[in-house]
Amino acid sequence: MLAFLVQRISQALLVMFVISVIAFSIQDNLGDPLQEMVGMSVSEEEREKLRDELGLNDPFVVQYLRFAGNALQGDLGNSYFYGKPTVDVILENLPATLELVIGATLIIVLFSVPIGVYAAIRPQAWLSKFFMGVSTVGISIPVFLTAIVLIQLFSIGVTVTLFPEDTGWGSWLNGALSTNGGLPSYGRGDELTHLFGTWESGFFSQDGLLHLLLPAISLASIMLPLFIRLIRAEMMEVLQSDYIRYARAKGLAAPRINFLHALKNTMLPVITVGGVQIGIMVAYTILTETVFQWPGVGLMFLEAITRSDIPLIVAYLMVVGLIFVITNTLVDLIYGLVNPTVKLTGKKA
Amino acid sequence: MTTATLSRWDRFRDSFFWYSFKRDKVAIASFLVLMLMVFAAVFAPLLAPTDPYDLTQIDIMNSELPPVGLSGSDAAFPLGTDAQGRDLLSTILYGTRVSLMIGFGAVVLQAALGILFGLLAGYLGGRVDAILMRIADVQLSFSTLMVAIIVGAVVKATFGSLMFGEIAIYMLIFIIGVSEWPQIARTVRASVLAEKKKEYVDAAKVMGFGTPRIMFRHILPNTLSPIFVIATVQIANAIISEAALSFLGLGMPETQPSLGSLIKSGFDYIQSGSWWITLIPGLVLVVLVLVINLLGDWLRDVMNPRLYKG
Repeated sequence: MLAFLVQRISQALLVMFVISVIAFSIQDNLGDPLQEMVGMSVSEEEREKLRDELGLNDPFVVQYLRFAGNALQGDLGNSYFYGKPTVDVILENLPATLELVIGATLIIVLFSVPIGVYAAIRPQAWLSKFFMGVSTVGISIPVFLTAIVLIQLFSIGVTVTLFPEDTGWGSWLNGALSTNGGLPSYGRGDELTHLFGTWESGFFSQDGLLHLLLPAISLASIMLPLFIRLIRAEMMEVLQSDYIRYARAKGLAAPRINFLHALKNTMLPVITVGGVQIGIMVAYTILTETVFQWPGVGLMFLEAITRSDIPLIVAYLMVVGLIFVITNTLVDLIYGLVNPTVKLTGKKA
Repeated sequence: MTTATLSRWDRFRDSFFWYSFKRDKVAIASFLVLMLMVFAAVFAPLLAPTDPYDLTQIDIMNSELPPVGLSGSDAAFPLGTDAQGRDLLSTILYGTRVSLMIGFGAVVLQAALGILFGLLAGYLGGRVDAILMRIADVQLSFSTLMVAIIVGAVVKATFGSLMFGEIAIYMLIFIIGVSEWPQIARTVRASVLAEKKKEYVDAAKVMGFGTPRIMFRHILPNTLSPIFVIATVQIANAIISEAALSFLGLGMPETQPSLGSLIKSGFDYIQSGSWWITLIPGLVLVVLVLVINLLGDWLRDVMNPRLYKG
């Protein structure tokens, strides 16, 4: 176990090192701090002198070591646009993104487990086929399009006048197909509760939760089909194993077999895969936050790109890279603890 | 020569491939829809009522007209117009063309990279394998979309928005191709590992053929069917990635729109009630991706004998 632990952690450090080199070379090649610091009137000699003083003419390795040393102390430079440390800017925006991810994860868990289990227990039922069909279509819909459709349906509202209004059935159909809208589709609302540090939470007011609803559903929609398929496949495999057959032969009640014995073993691989997927969700938060103007790190990153705020871009890369590496390593370690056969293959590699 | 082509055609008609295609209604329907869309995209300049790149044909007075069937529509614009007064049908035809071009181009690039690295990793093994697959693992754990967004951001910051707009189509092929090669490399590596144990490879080695010749002339042809399957699905993924990048403003400019940038430019007007500008291109995108995915599913069932029997 110790060898496995050391191997995974050293691998994580290596990946983090590569990320920091990439991030630094972006900063080194794209950002010219002098342009930000001095105006047009400063002569070329003075610029050169300033470059020397700031250490911008040092060799790449020396500059990288300085960058890495500062990064280890939590200093990733100052944002050009906000004029304060990038780490502070990211910490201010991070809670919004985390709440979005938590909301989406709750929706995914609440829906994928029952649907996946049902589809595995009754693969031939029309409802299962319907869910599987919907999830195939769901994979083909990009997350920003789901978000736009949700905004149109539940925020703006749809008035259908397709059927003749003067007949009873026509106006009923029109009414049934129309939606009211009215749900917020912009930002997080005003009623935020201060928790601690920079964490302003929308979880504790109705307004905050309403603002969270559409973004969280959009973000969940991209992962939901994946999880339904995964849970269904795992569950179907478990249901065919010997111990389930034995439980059936013993005459245990079907719900007890399905939900106690089978579900337990289904959820192990699902949780580990899920851990990795939640890391991947960070990429989709950029799209979701753009559509809903959700003030999280994804929107901040995109704005940093349009403003060419290089230090903020670099800091975002470092922080997101760190989050990915930590979640992936943790998932690996948990999987190694739960499933000891992994260690053998780990040693060989 | 004619007999050879004839017998090939006969062989195709007798094949399991054609047999299972004929019996699968979903596959036939998906194929027809895809062919229709590809045809419409290829011949967009002939089919489109107006040329959306030609500024003289656009009249701002026609902006935000709804599709035919809604009040205030104009018969000259069957799907309505966008905020600049461009005919939506024409922009969608041209946009599908751009999206398909980037999708195919990106898959050709990632297939080239993926096949090369997958063959090297699988056949040479050892340290080459370890390094290449570690890179692939890390890149995949970051998700291809994230890598594409980062590469896109860096490329855009390097070239500046204006310059980027001019070369956007090549840049997007590059960005998506580079960020998605691990998918294909992994598939190739897995089948190379299975193939290289077979006797024909030993025979080729004994005959004294060089490593490159064995890799590309002997092993590669036998790994083509899984590559074909995954490449189909990857086209759909590349089209979605392109749409996502364009939606974020890291892709095609509005003057030369793809489906993604059409959705983006329409999204700004959704609050004013002009839903068609964003939702009609969105629907076209979903149908395009869906039929490619369905064809990919069908191809996987047909070409993977293991799954077919099970």
